[in-house]
Amino acid sequence: MAPYYLEAYVVVLGLVLLMLEAFGPAGRKQYLGLAAIGGLVFALILLVFTEREIPGTNAEMTRFYVIDSQALFYKFLALICTILVLLLTLDFRRILSEFTENPGSEDGTGEYYALPVFACAGMMWMASAKDLVSLFVALELVTITFYILVAYMRRNVGSLEAGVKYLILGALSTGFLVYGIAWVYGTLGTTDLAVISTMLADPGAAALADRRIPLLFGLALILLALAFKIGAVPMQLWIPDVYQGAPTPTTAFLSVGSKAAGFIAALRILEPFLQSEFARAQTVFILLVLAALTILYGNLAAIPQSNFKRLLAYSSIAHAGFILLAITAWHGDPEGPTLTSGEVVGFYLGTYLLMTMGAFFVLVVVRNATGSEEISAFDGLACRNPALALTTAILLAALAGLPLTAGFYGKLFAFQLAIDSKLWWGVALGFIGVAAGFYYYFKVIRAMYWRPAASVEPIEIPVISRYALFTLTLLTLLLGIWPQPVLWLLQG
Amino acid sequence: MIVLLILIPIAAAIAIMAGAPARPAALGAALLNLVLGAIFALTFTGNPDDGGLTIQILEKPNIHLALGLYDGMSIILMLLTVIVTFAAVLSGRCPEGTERIWFPSTLFIAAGALGAFLSTDLFFFYAFHELALIPTFIMIGMLGRGDRKEAAWKITIYLAFGSIVLLAGLLWLVNAAGADSLLFDDLLASTIPADQQKGIAAFLLVGFGILVSLFPFHSWAAPAYASAPAPVSMLHAGVLKKFGLYGLLRLYPMISEGLQPWLTWLIVLLLGNILWVGFVTINQKRLDLMLGNSSVMHMGYVFLAIAALIAAGSESANPIAKPAAIVLMFAHGVSIALLFGLSDRIERKTGTLELRDLGGLAKSAPSLAFLFGLAGLASIGLPGLANFAGEVLVFLSGFKEFADDPAGGLGPIQVATILSLWGVVISAVYILRAYRRTFQGPVVTATDGARDLTFAERIPAVFLAFFLILPGLYPNTLIQFMAHDAPSAEPPQIVHDADRPPLGIPRWSPGEGSMLTEH
Repeated sequence: MAPYYLEAYVVVLGLVLLMLEAFGPAGRKQYLGLAAIGGLVFALILLVFTEREIPGTNAEMTRFYVIDSQALFYKFLALICTILVLLLTLDFRRILSEFTENPGSEDGTGEYYALPVFACAGMMWMASAKDLVSLFVALELVTITFYILVAYMRRNVGSLEAGVKYLILGALSTGFLVYGIAWVYGTLGTTDLAVISTMLADPGAAALADRRIPLLFGLALILLALAFKIGAVPMQLWIPDVYQGAPTPTTAFLSVGSKAAGFIAALRILEPFLQSEFARAQTVFILLVLAALTILYGNLAAIPQSNFKRLLAYSSIAHAGFILLAITAWHGDPEGPTLTSGEVVGFYLGTYLLMTMGAFFVLVVVRNATGSEEISAFDGLACRNPALALTTAILLAALAGLPLTAGFYGKLFAFQLAIDSKLWWGVALGFIGVAAGFYYYFKVIRAMYWRPAASVEPIEIPVISRYALFTLTLLTLLLGIWPQPVLWLLQG
Repeated sequence: MIVLLILIPIAAAIAIMAGAPARPAALGAALLNLVLGAIFALTFTGNPDDGGLTIQILEKPNIHLALGLYDGMSIILMLLTVIVTFAAVLSGRCPEGTERIWFPSTLFIAAGALGAFLSTDLFFFYAFHELALIPTFIMIGMLGRGDRKEAAWKITIYLAFGSIVLLAGLLWLVNAAGADSLLFDDLLASTIPADQQKGIAAFLLVGFGILVSLFPFHSWAAPAYASAPAPVSMLHAGVLKKFGLYGLLRLYPMISEGLQPWLTWLIVLLLGNILWVGFVTINQKRLDLMLGNSSVMHMGYVFLAIAALIAAGSESANPIAKPAAIVLMFAHGVSIALLFGLSDRIERKTGTLELRDLGGLAKSAPSLAFLFGLAGLASIGLPGLANFAGEVLVFLSGFKEFADDPAGGLGPIQVATILSLWGVVISAVYILRAYRRTFQGPVVTATDGARDLTFAERIPAVFLAFFLILPGLYPNTLIQFMAHDAPSAEPPQIVHDADRPPLGIPRWSPGEGSMLTEH
């Protein structure tokens, strides 16, 4: 099967779900969620059996569609992430239904199971995009879906506010992206990233010397738009408010899926610039500034937070900073003594998915039980449900980057690349960030174990969350001892 | 096979969390570990690969899960861990309903410490130590006494910060060494450019220093130990804190030059540990805070041995410095564990640890008084007990340079050694004062009718006391393990005359190359 049928399949799946929602029986909408999950699991199976190259009969496709081990890995991430988000939604549906059509009934929740499938298709396409235009289209598919998902709880003011903020800033960043692409196209006469790569790598790029400023200007505009997607400084301001206001599954999807898609786009766009002598120094400089500021902002601003969801928002900014650091310290040679930046970013995002999705599952369980998302809702969790507290402690320790958890390696690899590239400022600020990270993640662990519980009533974990949390935590620990499998996946 | 030492406590901990009977499972695991540890130590042939394990877990960077008895230092610290763990599990009386947190945490701390001492790969050496820290924090904050939350938060912040500084130093070290893998064998065989050694050494000194409560990074220690449940203070003060010293000694050959410029700083700081913290200790009003501070103070002596090693320039130039440090680490670990275990008993029997509320306890609890006195005297450095052997070796290592060349005059190390000797007097003052106020004098309300140690309570205490007396009388029981070490260093030996009471005093002849060989 040709690889691009996979995206087509996922889009069709989404359309079928929408039809089912519109014309199917009213009432219990969670069957739509189960159908979506089933369909995506089938897509995972298809992913294993797709061909690894584009058939010769459709050579035109190769101009804007690439299928390599990296693309496959990010498609895999997108599918896994969407499946987890849908599972999370099933446990979240009671809260969701309170703020939609006919509060308390599930009448208004149907589309919420179909929309993530479209976003998933966009992310999968983005993983394969090698042309600025196809990349833009894929990105917009994701973003427009998210406009709806963020504001989905339309009877909740917080969700609406988040939706408006996301819409305005998202539209702004789309504008930057198109404008940047226009500048690059105007300078180089192409939007094909492979062609751009050869043009920049060509030692005769001297012909481009007088066009360096417009090219870099275009790149800077594109970077701004990407910073919006990955949640990096200077486009990070929307994150805390939107994350806090959006329905929790959307927040999880934003902070993992959307971010991963943003990073694969960033890798594809930046690679030609970082590989070439022509623009490397300037690109590295801009990226280093962005990475350092993102690490500092995310970690330091997280310290005073008292709301767990907001804390996770700042933590997602902080993680974006560490991943940017790995890109800044560009290593492109797969045969070299260190991992390549692409591998490090993929690894980081893969482990980040496990830990962050786990944290959101915990949040939904706690929200269901206590009705609150504040850190104080975690007080005395160790007495109310020791297993949940232990799981949360492991996941947070992993997010903080403690050794023997998967979270440690991502940071280790990023620092290793940065040290190897002698980015001392990045390394120094990174360590400050890690130290601050210990502080704010341990604040939650402290609440769970040291504080007395507000009520002694035990907390029940719903079945789906129980298995999901168990699997995610187990993987976090296993990959903490043996991380090589993720790298094997990444290397094909 | 050696991996069993780590797997057994972890398996037992998981089993307990899943519902196995807590105390029997924990005790069984600790006992099994004790037996296995003794067998591994006694059958060790000097080949680190014996019974070891090396599995590659990552290709780039080249990281292995590698465990084994690397040298005598690993063996002695492994023995210390299994001994103290057994006593800690045996002596811990947990509050109702907390067995499923209490015993697994204790076992996880033990497993982490064992992993750190048995790893022959730098990565897991670091990682296992972190594994041990988390349950430590949780136990102090959750089940501690007194001002537990503040103490727990303080130790968490300090040690997490120390670990990060250490991690930065280790990353730099690995980067500068450019070795094929992170195995100790490969790392120690590589050389680090001289211009980078100084910076790496600074990071490692501060990082390890915070973990070992080097002055002025020591203020987390006493409140944490005072608040911690007994098994945690026993295991952390007795065993886990030695990780920093072990790490410095282990990595010393790689950064021996880089440490030289910091020698003066280190000497000033270690004197801060011995003298400043010593005076602070004298002033303590609570028995547990006094013990916590004394544990900080005694780290100064181990740092003195390390300073002597740094001043000498290599392990072969001062062959007794490293054995001195290790013997003292073992002795201090056992004695402080015994003291913390007993002070926990005192609190349970009298309900207080305020020195002014105590008195005359020896009348009603003679065996408690005897064992506490024994451990206290050991920590002062009474001849015949293990700490004496360690301290004497430390002082001798301080004067090694002087002995080799008396015409050279007193160097900074010798001055520091002379000043450190006053630490013994300071220890005597605070231990004897605390002993007098607790056990002697008239019986007061708190101690009136306090019962003596029961038979079950005596077992762990006597067990630990045995390991103070045995190496005290015959230090070779420990030092023999060092004979397996790198061939460049002459194995030190302590031999007694047949007609002298075996007090553990090493015979020393200035004329010979090695100070500890018989002549």
